[in-house]
Amino acid sequence: MSVITVDDLTVRYEQHTALSHVNFTVEEKEFIGIIGPNGGGKTTLIKAILGLKKIDEGRIVVDAKEVVGYVPQVSTFDKGFPISVMDVILTGHLPKKIKFGHRFKGHDESHALRVMTQLGIDGLASRQIGQLSGGQMQRVLIARALMNHPTVLVLDEPTASVDQGTKVDIYEMLKSLNKVITIIIITHDTTQMWPYLDRCIYINKTAHLHNHEGEAEGDALDVCPIDWFIEGEKIQKALTEGTGRNDTKHSSI
Amino acid sequence: MIQSILQYSFMQNALMAAIVASLICGIIGTIIVEKQLVSMSGGIAHASFGGIGLGYLLGIEPIIGGLIVATSASLAVGQIQRRTKTKADTVVSMMWSAGMAAGILFIALTPGYPPDMTSYLFGDILTVNDTYLSIMIGLALIMIVVVALLYNYFKLYLFDEEYAKILKINVVVIETILYMMIAFSIVVLIKVVGIILALALLTIPTASAKLFSVTLSRIMVYATFFGMVYSLSGLTISYYLNIPSGASIILVSITFYAILAGVRKIMPVRDQV
Repeated sequence: MSVITVDDLTVRYEQHTALSHVNFTVEEKEFIGIIGPNGGGKTTLIKAILGLKKIDEGRIVVDAKEVVGYVPQVSTFDKGFPISVMDVILTGHLPKKIKFGHRFKGHDESHALRVMTQLGIDGLASRQIGQLSGGQMQRVLIARALMNHPTVLVLDEPTASVDQGTKVDIYEMLKSLNKVITIIIITHDTTQMWPYLDRCIYINKTAHLHNHEGEAEGDALDVCPIDWFIEGEKIQKALTEGTGRNDTKHSSI
Repeated sequence: MIQSILQYSFMQNALMAAIVASLICGIIGTIIVEKQLVSMSGGIAHASFGGIGLGYLLGIEPIIGGLIVATSASLAVGQIQRRTKTKADTVVSMMWSAGMAAGILFIALTPGYPPDMTSYLFGDILTVNDTYLSIMIGLALIMIVVVALLYNYFKLYLFDEEYAKILKINVVVIETILYMMIAFSIVVLIKVVGIILALALLTIPTASAKLFSVTLSRIMVYATFFGMVYSLSGLTISYYLNIPSGASIILVSITFYAILAGVRKIMPVRDQV
């Protein structure tokens, strides 16, 4: 049973087509990487899945049982905003139906503390977000997303502003989360992420799918970094021997 | 000294008005600053001038006209932003000048000797009468209750509106309530500091409070306190020096803020709460 089905999806911004006839499915407890160049439509794709961006053609079906959690890019936040870590995480638990006089109860807070302990940020509860490092802020956003008990977690470049050690910590943490939930992650860190991923979707207006068997499907015309990664030596060899693909074609990698 | 000031009922009203205005500035001003709605609030303030002019033309209480137009303008901005691709800034600027133009036109069309508009533009807290004071108190109470009841939702909306949408919270409802409250606040402030100076009273107390706290609710409380200090001292100075109250309040606020900011620069505190 597919968790998410993207069926012939086309999304446009005014005249510009961001995604064109994209098809793929996400299966339960998969760990999927979304890769591709900047401006290639990765964020548009997840915004469409999250219902934040209007779909122009095709459809996206998210199974009714699924709860989707979202971890946005750290860089999009105003770090000066007067809010504490605990408050950020608690907002992830706000009821969607607006309740007048809503207050967080003791069990909300103990739930938040449990999630924070799990992610190793339990000592930061009263910090203002401006006092956090990139890696800590990332964990806070993951914790907020986990407050709703998601079955699918969507992350937009969670390691863009963290150091190497934190990167590996976050990957390992996602790997353990992946035992129980489906994970979709936008990443530029293809080389380091690949061992963790079940499949990779290369998005550059169209989709191009990869799995560990080296099989590729889809209709992207450009050379995808995963090809480069898997078959890099082969391509390199071909290049040095002066046969096969030409240099200009690889300049975008 | 204080007793001699307070024996006049216009002074009692002025003091009450200053306190109520500070409460509103503390709460709504903080929201406006954090959501970066300062220029939109300026637009609504100036648009309300059209309503005040219309009030004179139709022979109804001008401030009621101002309230209606300010509320409609703030709701219109939200609608236009959602439905068209026009930048918010552009819409706000149009509303800003259209309101002023309409106000001038309506006043010119009003038969008889033209009323003095200075008190609406720059405020005249000494002319606050009992009716106006009751309107102010009523609006302030509504706003305090609404913000208190929806505090957690406002906090998420201000911090991360997109995430509120992901949680499937009806953001349009929150936004509409907020925009209406901005319109109400502006109307409350018109008599105190006037349309042109309202922005200063919405932002300076919050800016001062932000020097001392990084917690949203505390910023609101501190801003209310600073607003009271600023407006009451401005009012006292205007009384003794016989200068316009609106200008006095704003200049006192800016001076206090500059001093506080200077003090914070010399004595930074590392872990603010």
